Amino acid sequence: MSADDQRFGLQRHVILPGPLPLDGGGQLAPVEIAYETYGTLAPDRGNAVLICHALTMDQHVAGANPRTGKPGWWTQMVGPGRPVDTDRFFVVCANVIGSCMGSSGPATVDATGQPFGMSFPVITIRDMVRAQALLLDHLGVDRLKAVIGGSMGGMQALSWPATFPDRVEAVVVIASAARHSAQNIAFHEVGRQAVMADPNWRGGDYYGHDVPAAGLAVARMAAHITYLSEAGLTEKFGRRLQAREAKSFGFDADFQVESYLRYQGIAFVDRFDANSYLYITRAMDYFDLAEEHGGLLANAFRQTRARFALISFDTDWLYPTRESRSIVQALNAAGAPVSFVELSSPYGHDAFLLDSPDMNRVVAGFLGTAS
Amino acid sequence: MTLRADLAIIADHVAPGSRVLDVGCGDGALMAALRDSKQADARGLELDPRNVGAAVGRGLSVIQGDADIDLSGYPDASFDYAILSQTLQTCRAPDAVLGQLLRIGRHAFVSFPNFAHWRVRLSLLWGGRMPVTRLLPERWYDTPNIHHLTVDDFRAHLHERGITVEGAWFLSGDKQTRSAAANVLAEHAIFLLRGTDRASSVLHGNIS
Repeated sequence: MSADDQRFGLQRHVILPGPLPLDGGGQLAPVEIAYETYGTLAPDRGNAVLICHALTMDQHVAGANPRTGKPGWWTQMVGPGRPVDTDRFFVVCANVIGSCMGSSGPATVDATGQPFGMSFPVITIRDMVRAQALLLDHLGVDRLKAVIGGSMGGMQALSWPATFPDRVEAVVVIASAARHSAQNIAFHEVGRQAVMADPNWRGGDYYGHDVPAAGLAVARMAAHITYLSEAGLTEKFGRRLQAREAKSFGFDADFQVESYLRYQGIAFVDRFDANSYLYITRAMDYFDLAEEHGGLLANAFRQTRARFALISFDTDWLYPTRESRSIVQALNAAGAPVSFVELSSPYGHDAFLLDSPDMNRVVAGFLGTAS
Repeated sequence: MTLRADLAIIADHVAPGSRVLDVGCGDGALMAALRDSKQADARGLELDPRNVGAAVGRGLSVIQGDADIDLSGYPDASFDYAILSQTLQTCRAPDAVLGQLLRIGRHAFVSFPNFAHWRVRLSLLWGGRMPVTRLLPERWYDTPNIHHLTVDDFRAHLHERGITVEGAWFLSGDKQTRSAAANVLAEHAIFLLRGTDRASSVLHGNIS
């Protein structure tokens, strides 16, 4: 891997010819992928690690986000001397298709010169994984030392050995599930309806006009609650009032928790495309790895020789421990080597994105990078 | 690193290349020994997340779980050996756990501290207090050992259930002691039992 190879480095973007056949029928061609790589691909190409991101995250896992200037979203996990050690591994993180950070999605301009909008095909988690495989082909990576992801990234990580059993040696799935529950789908539907009820949404054809900011902000507010725990919210906000001595007897953000959620909603609109939110939440709702394998989850893992590590958090009610346990049972039934630990954290689903020495220790141990 | 005496006996009697499930595997010391000296495919189940983390750090496959709850998910006869070392007496339903062990393993090792050891007897007889000994160091209110048993209790239980004993070892300190007086002299007992799966009789000829 030569230093001036334009395929490697931060803030990469490639247009691959495809075509990428899609689970929902039809295909995507070309396929645009925005990605970053860290570290050096070994001469035997045996040290590649793929990081899969969550719903609203991006390819900037360990490099600064050029738009916000903020550091990568998982720098405590990925970097020099970290559990996913970029001094040892060649790490790839790609923006999923359907998203809006540079990979093909509804905001991408189609062959007619107009943004796809709602004519973008509905995609699945497995489609995202197949797009990642196209990128790895482009990078000359046949086999992954490991694929790692949390939340929706964990769904992709689980799909990897099921879709490409011979291309992955180890799988780390954090705070995730093998299928979306009725409750998961229900929360996503609230978000989508909020977007589509915004008059600015215009059937998805809002590019060049005002965006459906109010709808997307409400969607984010509802979703954000699901990422936290009740105890965490109580500890952080309680019933405390926001910059006032008494209740206003009106509908301003009297409570700190209201003010916080409103801010989260508004900040999200600045960085995320509403249509992408519809497409990616749909892909998550459609995810049911057992269904893709004759209704038996164990069948998803019978072809692979990969090792697995699963981590859940005790206050995560979005993807609770029992979801991880059912994956563990299926892996046991398939005879796959699997480790599992439930970690304690007050932070709910969000815990996987925060610095957790316990999580770091387990991942480092599993990857063999523990000092 | 030297293994605890009961674990060393188990490790010595596991056939090379076996598939092993260590229930209550702690930090994975026995699993690591079986992997390194017997080329075993070892898997573990452990309640304490810190121990799970330590075992995973050794490159072992360990699942955080509870023997009383999580053994039901393992398929029948999916391991050559299921091991329950120093854990039986901490289970809420040790008889059910034993049944699961014999269902999952073609053979099962079970080791436990003997509550009829003479020191325990003396302590209770003369002191009138629940014994606190080297092997049973906790007091009555903080001990994880909620189902104390003796060698003879276990033998009787096996007899009642028609479970076949394939081997038994008894330890006083780190030394082995006679089987006949084990109920008095043994601090530790280790039993090798035959699994309930029919196929176990095939492998049986290969060990011993």
